[in-house]
Amino acid sequence: MSALDSAAEERSPLRELIAALGRSRTFLVGAAILLFWIFCALFGEFIVPYDPLADDIINSLLPPSAEHWFGTDQLGRDVFSRVIVGSRDILTVAPLATVLATVLGTTLGLITGYFRGLVDDIVSRIIEAFMAIPVVIVALLAIVALGPSTLTVITVIGLAFSPIIARTVRSAVLAERELDYVAAAKLRRENALYIMFGEILPNVLPPILVEATVRLGYAIFAVATLSFMGFGIQPPSPDWGLSVSTNYGMIGGGFWWTVLFDSLAIATLVVGVNLIADGVAGTLDD
Amino acid sequence: MTDALAVERLSVAYRVGGRDRAVLRDVSFRVGRGEAYGLVGESGCGKSTVALTAVRYLPRAGRITAGRVTMDGEDVTALDSDQLRHLRAHTVSMVYQDPGKALNPTLRIGKQVAEIFTLAGASQAQAQERAAEMLRRVRISDPKRVMERYAHQLSGGMQQRVAIAMALAKNPALLILDEPTTGLDATVEAEVLDLIVQLRREFGTSILFISHNLAVVARMCDRVGVLYAGMLVEEGPTAELFNAPRHPYTVALLRCLPRAGEHKDHNRLDTIPGTLPAPGARITGCPFADRCALADDRCRRELPPLIDLGGRFARCHYHERAAFLPRQTPAEVRLPAARSDAAPVLEINRLNKTFHSGDHALRAVADVSLAIGAGETLGLVGESGSGKTTFARLVLGLLPPDQGGVVALDANPLPPLLEERAEDQVKALQIVFQNPDSALNRAHSVRRIIGRALSRLGGLSGDALKTRLIELIQSVRLSERHLAVKPRQLSGGLKQRVAIARAFAGAPRLVVCDEPTSALDVSVQAAILNLLADLQAERQVSYIFISHDLGVVRYLSDKIAVLYLGRIMELGSSERVFDGPHHPYTEALLSAVPRLEGKQPSRIRLEGEIPSASNPPSGCVFHTRCPRKLGAICEEKEPPFVEEEAGHSLRCHIPLAELAKLQGKAL
Amino acid sequence: MQLENPAIVAFILRRIALSLVTLVLLSLMVFFGGQVLPGNVGRAILGPFADEASVQALNQSLGLDRPYIVQYWDWISNFVQGDMGMSYAFRSPVAPFVLDALANSCKLALVAFLIVVPLGILGGIVAALNVNRPIDRIISLGGLSVTVLPEFVTGIVLILIFSIWLDWLPVTATWPEGAGLGTQLYHLILPSLPLFLVLFGYIARMARAGMVEALDSDYTRTAVLKGLSWPTVIRRHVLRNALLPTITVIATQTGYLIGGLVVVETLFRYQGIGSLIYTAARGKDFPMLEAGILTIGVVFALATLAADLAYTLLNPRIRLGAET
Repeated sequence: MSALDSAAEERSPLRELIAALGRSRTFLVGAAILLFWIFCALFGEFIVPYDPLADDIINSLLPPSAEHWFGTDQLGRDVFSRVIVGSRDILTVAPLATVLATVLGTTLGLITGYFRGLVDDIVSRIIEAFMAIPVVIVALLAIVALGPSTLTVITVIGLAFSPIIARTVRSAVLAERELDYVAAAKLRRENALYIMFGEILPNVLPPILVEATVRLGYAIFAVATLSFMGFGIQPPSPDWGLSVSTNYGMIGGGFWWTVLFDSLAIATLVVGVNLIADGVAGTLDD
Repeated sequence: MTDALAVERLSVAYRVGGRDRAVLRDVSFRVGRGEAYGLVGESGCGKSTVALTAVRYLPRAGRITAGRVTMDGEDVTALDSDQLRHLRAHTVSMVYQDPGKALNPTLRIGKQVAEIFTLAGASQAQAQERAAEMLRRVRISDPKRVMERYAHQLSGGMQQRVAIAMALAKNPALLILDEPTTGLDATVEAEVLDLIVQLRREFGTSILFISHNLAVVARMCDRVGVLYAGMLVEEGPTAELFNAPRHPYTVALLRCLPRAGEHKDHNRLDTIPGTLPAPGARITGCPFADRCALADDRCRRELPPLIDLGGRFARCHYHERAAFLPRQTPAEVRLPAARSDAAPVLEINRLNKTFHSGDHALRAVADVSLAIGAGETLGLVGESGSGKTTFARLVLGLLPPDQGGVVALDANPLPPLLEERAEDQVKALQIVFQNPDSALNRAHSVRRIIGRALSRLGGLSGDALKTRLIELIQSVRLSERHLAVKPRQLSGGLKQRVAIARAFAGAPRLVVCDEPTSALDVSVQAAILNLLADLQAERQVSYIFISHDLGVVRYLSDKIAVLYLGRIMELGSSERVFDGPHHPYTEALLSAVPRLEGKQPSRIRLEGEIPSASNPPSGCVFHTRCPRKLGAICEEKEPPFVEEEAGHSLRCHIPLAELAKLQGKAL
Repeated sequence: MQLENPAIVAFILRRIALSLVTLVLLSLMVFFGGQVLPGNVGRAILGPFADEASVQALNQSLGLDRPYIVQYWDWISNFVQGDMGMSYAFRSPVAPFVLDALANSCKLALVAFLIVVPLGILGGIVAALNVNRPIDRIISLGGLSVTVLPEFVTGIVLILIFSIWLDWLPVTATWPEGAGLGTQLYHLILPSLPLFLVLFGYIARMARAGMVEALDSDYTRTAVLKGLSWPTVIRRHVLRNALLPTITVIATQTGYLIGGLVVVETLFRYQGIGSLIYTAARGKDFPMLEAGILTIGVVFALATLAADLAYTLLNPRIRLGAET
């Protein structure tokens, strides 16, 4: 049979995916942006011209100049240095929350989609109730109740996003469980755990990957928003959302540089992650 | 007079991954006025691309690279968008597969038909009137009611009638039918084909009929063209072409079909080695050379022209020898299956299955009793909704039957559900599914798919497993290099071999084959049927073979059960059921099948549509469509299932002798 | 609209019942977050230096020393009757605050919705009709990019541009007492823009996906091959099928819209439900916080319910069921 000869040229799915992503301009632009901010988070403190946390009251609220590219804030801190280092906390909190949400959501989605019936009904109702209020508000309530801390923010966002991932996984699993390979597995006396994780999970990984990337974008969105409202990352971090929050009261006075650069930094990071998600989704669809 | 359609040296390519891939290569043919021209070929040969090119509806990536298409004297390839719309509105219509999708789901049928008339200038009221008239002409008895409905409220056959009505509404010069009956039940298909024949007479429309089904094309067309790898390899008047083909591909294709009289005990089907060239493959020489036993260096080097053989054409250097194409598979059987008359392997007694949804109860399987011996094949036939697949799932334990029914293996009753069955019982009953894409886990390699089955069902591990794995894949004619790949890297036929290997991993006693070849091309189907027959002869395994293709069922089966609305209407040996006298429903099923050889028997038409199993007719469930209905008794009293002669049972009020007389058969 | 299918009535009743179950679960969650999770509320309000006796007295006066089940029942049964509890911060009933704020938020949300729904759908349609051409790339990628930006980011940039640098629009959304409709609208333009940006890409994307699928369908091919003009094909055969799923999406987006309100109302100093929740959260005014959140849940549940019903009634496949 010669069918294999043409097939033999095919590479493994993972390598194929990577090659296809390499051809996606959307993905490459997004990845470049994200890598830039990851680099800043890791090594930013060694390259910035000023200590991002050091007050310098005499030089407060200076507009952008050759000395201070992005100007200085209320306390005279160098805005450029703060923007460069400001990605660190959000790039820790948001990915961890996403990982938590993905693991929880995948497990939940597999169980509800595979077993259906009562388990599914109950969990689905809880998921729906969860989704009836915006994530930021769920997080707000929980953080007010528990007090703000990095761990709380990660847990709350992870928990709040897990139903969304669970829903995606569940609908993918509902389609998979009707396929005959599941019946074939039952005819080999496989147990439910093996069927869920050994047979079905590998086939629903692509939608999980897409959803997780999209969620990462929204996690950054949510963490930034919570920080802006004072319920997320706490001072003295140079976090972008936090900086905007402390400075935006002064924009009426014309001190635009204290908020604009932080805002743009958030914008590039969020857009970058979403370009990655869009590239991954587009590649997996083809 | 100009031809209705003239395709001249047409080449079409699809742009995939930045590269043009040729799907049609230098295709020429013409459809004369009033003529019905058939295009046949296996999947991927470019049939549908011809149709889409003719109406200029190629997908975005498709492009005409050479040649032209003339319709009614107009060059279609040169039209601007207004002229093209005019052409579509007046000259050409198209009907395709899957009528459910061809109709707009959110518009009432009446509106969809009427808009053709308003487009032609009729007023709303006139258009409604003419739409009703048009629906009546496609033999829809209650057009007003149908016009009020939405597509999803109609059956498949009804939907296709509406589509045909819309196509003929503008009285086109050319009607293109692209697999118009594929996916419909045989009885419905027969009705639709009859309708097309009659309408062709009434309207005098020229027809381009595209199908993978040789018999359907043979029945419908005056002339036929055979496509292979985007090239026309043979063309000629229908009878001549099918009776005395002059291209080795046509010869081989016809030999792949099981013919009446061929049976697994005596014959194997011929096969075509290798696979179709992929779309866009570089072809020097004859496209069929790699698979042709007659091919020599010249064939591989030099593309044969379409040679004029006097009113017919063949693209073969050795067309005069085509009929003597050597067989790929020896016809004779090495070892016919030895069947023991000892106790049956599987006995089924009064099996029932009712599905409940809300207050609806749907009796999918009703009172089925039968027995299957070792090494024996039970063929299960019936239209969709007859309960074939549900029955198979009950036997396997994938679904629990209603209380009371018994499935017994070697005379031991099995627990109803798979989870409660013992290891040996589970191993004994396996299945080959219809669609290998669904049946094989696409994330796993062939090694894992079969290896896992061997370790779970065969209890093997380590070196023993490795040895057995190699043996097993060799027994389904796969080789070791197939082990590392994922299913999607295999062709449909190879995938089905993997599925068969998996089913045989635990040395099963009985394998359910649920339409295992219906998704495959005929050349691949033949090889799979041979394989199943060989495995049975070697291993004495029994089959429950489900198929809608009666030719295939006949080839492989020893016994036949005919199901209708979940009930067995007839059960008997293969010869008895096929040769008759048979149940009126069996008679109707058989007469619906278009044939390549012999005379088409006088058609028994089935009236009306298959009733819903959730609301079956009273009395004999078949009475609403039965061509031999006696009268009140059929409506009131369900006929008993009676063994009329040894090993031949029927569920009919008419005695067998009487049926024999009606059907002109000897008893 | 006639209901030929009796199952549809049962479906609608079931759908309403499900919404109620969802709301009950939601109320439990809110109660848990607002009254169980915080632990000692009296201590939280009075701070770490207050003496134990006054903390206990406060807890007692707030009814927080009773069993949780009693507290929940009390709270929810009063809520249903319109009594949303007493604010810790204002020492007065919560309900008037919440209802006032809700009315204000509705104004803002309505302005945003009226702009974004038609424009989003239009954007999706234009993109789908020009698949993979530059205009599609601009709408799709541009839409995606603005959709994912946090509202405070777009809000700040918009304020800088339109209020500070160009001085065209007011910084605050709150209009002077007794202002006319025109002035009110003038004040609402800027705050509604971040909401518009967040929703536009989402709605356009869904509308585009629906359109692309409908354009690819066999029934569209049927319509084209009938010889109908392209505009007729789009209007009669494509649009209706394409936009049906978008309805549900729009309703789901009300939830996100409300989430965005918290930020936007805070940023623009607007007295809506969002800033009410924010203020309550900052002041640990739990009754106010709970009432605000539960109100949002009710609004969201009603919106999705309405969307589901609309989808059901507009889709003949569901409305009429299959007959054969």
